[in-house]
Amino acid sequence: MPLDFYMVDELLSEEERLIRDTVRSFLRKEIAPLVVDAWHKEEPLDVRMIAKKFGELGMLGSFIPQDYGCPGMNYTSFGLICQEVESIDSALRSFVAVTSGLVMYPIWQYGSEEQKRKYLPKLARGEIIGCFGMTEPNVGSDPASMETTAKRQGGEWILNGTKTWISEAGVADIAIVWAKDVEDKKVKGFIVERGTPGFEQTSIIKKGSMRAGDVGELHLSDCKVPEENRLPKATGLRAALSCLDQARFGIAWGAIGAAIDCYKTALEYAKNRKQFGAPIASYQLIQEKLVEMLTEITKGQLVAWRLGRLMDAGKATPEQISFAKRNNVRVARFCARTAREILGANGISLDYSPIRHMANIESVYTYEGTDDIHTLILGRYITGIQAFRREM
Amino acid sequence: MNIVVCVKHVPKCAEAEIRIDPTGRDIEKHGLVYDINEWDDYAVEEAVRIKEKFGGSVTVVTVGPEEANSTLRKCLARGADNAIRVYDPKLVGSDPYVIAKVLYKVIKNLQFDLVLTGVMAEDDGSATVGPMLAEFLKIPHATMVKKIELKDHKAAIVHRELEGGLMEVVEVKLPALFAIQTGINEPRYVSILGIRRAMQKEIKVLGLKDLSLDESEVGYAGSWTLIDKLFVPPAEKVCQYLKGSPEEVATQILGILKSRGLF
Repeated sequence: MPLDFYMVDELLSEEERLIRDTVRSFLRKEIAPLVVDAWHKEEPLDVRMIAKKFGELGMLGSFIPQDYGCPGMNYTSFGLICQEVESIDSALRSFVAVTSGLVMYPIWQYGSEEQKRKYLPKLARGEIIGCFGMTEPNVGSDPASMETTAKRQGGEWILNGTKTWISEAGVADIAIVWAKDVEDKKVKGFIVERGTPGFEQTSIIKKGSMRAGDVGELHLSDCKVPEENRLPKATGLRAALSCLDQARFGIAWGAIGAAIDCYKTALEYAKNRKQFGAPIASYQLIQEKLVEMLTEITKGQLVAWRLGRLMDAGKATPEQISFAKRNNVRVARFCARTAREILGANGISLDYSPIRHMANIESVYTYEGTDDIHTLILGRYITGIQAFRREM
Repeated sequence: MNIVVCVKHVPKCAEAEIRIDPTGRDIEKHGLVYDINEWDDYAVEEAVRIKEKFGGSVTVVTVGPEEANSTLRKCLARGADNAIRVYDPKLVGSDPYVIAKVLYKVIKNLQFDLVLTGVMAEDDGSATVGPMLAEFLKIPHATMVKKIELKDHKAAIVHRELEGGLMEVVEVKLPALFAIQTGINEPRYVSILGIRRAMQKEIKVLGLKDLSLDESEVGYAGSWTLIDKLFVPPAEKVCQYLKGSPEEVATQILGILKSRGLF
C-alpha cells in the first residue's frame, strides 16, 4: 500500500500518477531483485543493462524536450521517477539524477546544437553512460578553489587534474569535466570521451555506502580535448552549480522514496513481530516511532511536491532547492535509523532494506552539497550574511 | 484483425490488508491501490501483438467510474487505439450477468473479429463475464486460453490450459471470444512517451441511454445474483504428512504445487 497520508496523490495529474505507477511496477519486477547481492558483494549493478531498460521507459532526462529523444515531461515527473528509483536503492537514483541533472542538463543548457544532437538521444536511450566531474581530492564544498586546469593550445584544451567521488566514473563513456582556465581563471565545462589519451577512469572500492553502484575517480594528465567538446555557454562556476540544483531536486524526491520504503518495512515488521505475547506495534514506544516517521515523511512529501510545482513554473530558487534537499535527506536518515531500531537484531540484516538505505543515505547526506553547506546557504538567505569562508 | 478487449479496474487485494465494510457485502475500498486486472493485462498485450502482426485495431472497453480511466490510459499507452468507458451510478451493484449485458450492448455496435477478456477478475473471481458475453454476442468462445494461432480471418487454433498441466487444442470459428489466461505472453512495460501519447487520446464515455438500457436492467435491480455476505474465514491449520521414499515424496510435493498453481 502506498504511503499517502495527506492524499498528495490528488495533487498529481493523472499522467504523473501513471508514470509513477509504471516506473514502480517495472522497478519492483526487473530491478529490485538484483540489488541486495550487488550491495552485499560490492559488485555494482550492471549499469549498461539498467541504462538501456531505463532508457526504453524514458526515465533518463525525462524533463528534456522530445526534440532530443527525451520524453519532455515536467520536473514533478522527474521527481516521481527519482522517488521510485531510490525506494529501491540510492545508487540507482544517483544514476538517474546524475544522468539527467548533471550530464544531460549541462549539455542541453550549455552545449552547442551539435553537442546536443550528438549526445542527448544516446544518453536518453541509455546507449552511453555519463558522469560529472567536479569534486576533487582537495576540493569539496569550496568548488571555487578548483585545482583542475584547462589550458588553451590552438584548437585544443589541455586538461590536468583529478576528480574523485564521481558516480559511474569507472563505466562512463563520457564525462562532463569542470576545470579552471589558466588564462581567465574562469571555470569551464568539457565533454571528455572515454579512451581520450591522458584520461584515466578508476573505481573506488571498500565503500561502506552505495555499494550497489559504481563510484570512482577521473584522472586527467595532459588530456587533450578539442574546442568543439567545450560547453560553449558555460562561462563560469555558476553553470556547474546550476546542474547541482537539478540533481538536488532529484535527491529531495528520492530521499522520500527511501524513507517510505523504510517506514513500510518497519510497519509490516511491527505488526507481525510478537513480543510479550502481542505484536510490538501494540506498544506505545513503537507506535511513537512509527508516528514520527509518518509525520516526517508526510511533511517531506509536501515539500517535494511544492518544489516540483515551483520548478515547473520556473520559479524555484537555489535556496528552496537546498531547503528540500536538506530536509528530505534528514527525513530519510531519521527513518532509516528508526526503522532499523524497530527491526531489532533483524534490522542489521541485509534481508531487510533499512540498514542498506541507512548506509546509502550517509553518502546522500554529504553529497551534492553537505547538510552543513545547505544549512549555510539557508543561513545566508535568512540573515544576508555568508558564513562559508573567513579570512585567516 | 479488429479486436475488442474487455478490461476491469480492480483493487489490488493480494498485498493489502482486506477489511469487510459495515454492509457486510463488500470490502473497505479506502486506501486500496487500483490497477488493471492482471488477466486483462495479458489480454491487452495479446491483442496488441496480434494487431502488430496482422494490422487492424484494438479497442478496450471497461465498465466503471472515472478512476477507471487510468486503466484505459495504460491500455492506450501499450498500443490500444480506442477506449470506451461505460458508467452510470445506477450500475453499482451489478453482477457479472449485468456487466456481460452492458459489454454486449457496447460491442454489438463495433466491428470485430476477436473479443478478448481475462479469464477472471482478481476482485470477485467470478470468471463468468467472458462466456456470458460470448452467448449474448452469439459467437463461440474458449476459456483458459494460453496460446492463439490465427489461421486466417476465419478461424483460430487456441491452446487451453486445463487442470494438472494438461493442454487442449481447439479450432474456433471467428469471430470468437477468448478468455485469456495469465502467462500467455510477457506484457511489455509502457514507456513514459507512450503514456504522453495516450493522454492525448480520447476516452469515449457512454451512459445507460447511449446503450438503450433501462435503470431496471442494471445494478441491484437487474442482477440475477446478489452478494449475501462477505466474511474472512477463520484461519485453519492443516498439516499433511507425506509418506514414501524421497522420490515419491518429491513427486507428491510437485503434484501439490501444481494443483495450487505454484509450479
